[in-house]
Amino acid sequence: MTFAPSPSPVMERPSRVDVAVIDTDIHIAFPSGDVLTNYLPPEWRDHHRMFGMRGHQGSHYPRAMPNAARHDSWPAAGGPPGSNLHFLQEQLLDGWAIEYGILNPLVGVGEQRNLAYGAALARAVNTWQLHDWVEPEPRLRASVVVPWEDGGLAAAEIDHWGGNPAFVQALLIVRTREPLGRRKYWKMYEAAERHNMPIGIHFGGAGGGPITGAGWPSHYIEDHGGMPQAFQAQVISMIFEGIFERFPGLQIVLIEGGFAWIPPMLWRMDAAWRKLGAETPYLNRPPSEIFREHFWVSTQPMEEPRQREHFRQLLEQIDMDDRLLFATDYPHWDFDAPDQAFPIELDPVRKRNFMAENARRLYHLGEE
Amino acid sequence: MADLKTIDCDLHNEVPSKETLYPYLPDHWLDYCRESAFLGPDAADYPATIPTSVRPDATAIPPLDEVQTNALDNIEMGILNCAYRVQSVRNEELAVALASAVNHWQVEEWLEKEPRLRASIVVPSQNPTLAAAEIERWGDHPGFVQVIVPVRSEAPYGNRRYDPIFEAATRHGLAIGINFGGAAGNPPTPSGWPSLYIEEYAGMAQIFQSQATSLVMEGAFDRFPELRVVLIESGFTWLPSLMWRMDKEWKGLRHNTPWVKRAPSDYWREHLRLTIQPVDGPDNPDHLRQIVEQIESDEMLLYGSDYPHLHDSPSQLFATLPVAWEKKIRSENARSFYGLES
Repeated sequence: MTFAPSPSPVMERPSRVDVAVIDTDIHIAFPSGDVLTNYLPPEWRDHHRMFGMRGHQGSHYPRAMPNAARHDSWPAAGGPPGSNLHFLQEQLLDGWAIEYGILNPLVGVGEQRNLAYGAALARAVNTWQLHDWVEPEPRLRASVVVPWEDGGLAAAEIDHWGGNPAFVQALLIVRTREPLGRRKYWKMYEAAERHNMPIGIHFGGAGGGPITGAGWPSHYIEDHGGMPQAFQAQVISMIFEGIFERFPGLQIVLIEGGFAWIPPMLWRMDAAWRKLGAETPYLNRPPSEIFREHFWVSTQPMEEPRQREHFRQLLEQIDMDDRLLFATDYPHWDFDAPDQAFPIELDPVRKRNFMAENARRLYHLGEE
Repeated sequence: MADLKTIDCDLHNEVPSKETLYPYLPDHWLDYCRESAFLGPDAADYPATIPTSVRPDATAIPPLDEVQTNALDNIEMGILNCAYRVQSVRNEELAVALASAVNHWQVEEWLEKEPRLRASIVVPSQNPTLAAAEIERWGDHPGFVQVIVPVRSEAPYGNRRYDPIFEAATRHGLAIGINFGGAAGNPPTPSGWPSLYIEEYAGMAQIFQSQATSLVMEGAFDRFPELRVVLIESGFTWLPSLMWRMDKEWKGLRHNTPWVKRAPSDYWREHLRLTIQPVDGPDNPDHLRQIVEQIESDEMLLYGSDYPHLHDSPSQLFATLPVAWEKKIRSENARSFYGLES
């Protein structure tokens, strides 16, 4: 690392949140490369040291700030943002009175072109989450990172951790190599359904193709701002390719994709299905119905209309009050503070549900 | 409101076969088209056998008299959007010859035979220099009001490589029409190739979103302040959500693109227009009215029937709006944006 802004003290902030808060999107990092290496099985360590991670190069849009992190999130004790449990407890969990937090490590597992290495990395990352984070901090839960480009290897990783209450979902990145409805991913869904484990799909990644359906854009803002299109494409694929007919118990969590695009996308999908449904004879009901039964959506980053009333209209149009999940995206720069995230004052029922109760139900928190 | 004047900004005039173009091809390319295995562009973005490509009372490649009977009744003026995909022809010299032939055919078979029609210049946009030369060839013809390019491109249109197209178009006072479809060779989604046509159809809206974003963020509207862009067959209900997202992105990251001086949505309100079909709207008319109001401009939508493609009636949209607003969508917005005179 070449640049690390000086750490700032934790900001004193009187909590204006009068309901429980569950944070569905927290990012952790390895304090040093050695930690990951030591969690790898011995036979992969030399490979890891010599060749390292090799994904889909040429897809890089340098972030506007190192590690895409808040300047005040660098631990005084050293290491990158999200690498120090004590500081994360102090700045996030205690600072905001977070009841539970879901870890979504973005550490390059599923993008590996060497699939066996990706599987070894996944096991190492998941073991590290358990030992270094969830076991010492009972407010945290982990996500099973998987080598998603091979459905069988991903299923094996889910089978390994399924039933362990430390792990509440399997985690993918939205920029997969192929649309997620394709059959190559189905074994992973079968395993997730078997263990009643939702699949989280998080912002980011690089699957080898451009971020737009019209080639490579030039700027980070187009990559960062282009993720909603990537999420929409995945929803379209998963629903039209019929995975919810095949795996009726499967639940999907869209993380850090925003949500204002949901109503127009569903209207268009329903219209397409009415006219072109001959191509998808296995779908016997409108895509919007399938979406509202199988998808959950995290709230950060939240679209912000100039007129606050439009945000209220948006919530009515989405009609998923029982499936929106609050998230901070700590320690990233576009962090949503629990007391300021929503551009309108929510009514008490919505507020309780969005801030904690929907996530509690989805992830069965407190039931273990 | 049949008594309101209507300008239809989205009518299709498609090339029936490669033989249609033979009278307009130079000798070499005429021989090539006759002798080789070339059958025509292979975009397959409008399969002729599915409802979204052809409504029940139409043919997929309608001749002029059918367009006159089915689509020009009570229409003051109609803009033709020929979706002949020379962009999918890798041989750029052939692509130029085909584009030129198509434009020649449009003049002789459409513009000269029907005074209510205007047309769009087909260009080999995969090579912007050659595309600019084609714009130069037809730019002063009063029948052409825009340059048409497919929404699926090799790079997003804000990329500087496309500047020659915008330079030529703005010099001739032509709009840029970005139209559903295309076959640029790269996948239509940010995560590769989908399995089904229905995914491409529903997903085309996301590519329009990417193009709108690129045009602002990569500075096309700053380099060409006269640039006017029409999204054709894009749908429009997604526009407010994109405005909210990109305005927020700009607020947080504008130091990365300092040439972008205003919120993206303000650029779009000035430089961008969208044809209304496919509305693909909600069942709840209140939600549709909310969407149109959330655009925060009554100038952005242009009436377009998208004949001969099958869409729901626009009456659901107009029923939610005051008559003055319907008038703007039906004709006034197009008249001022394209600078049309009857």
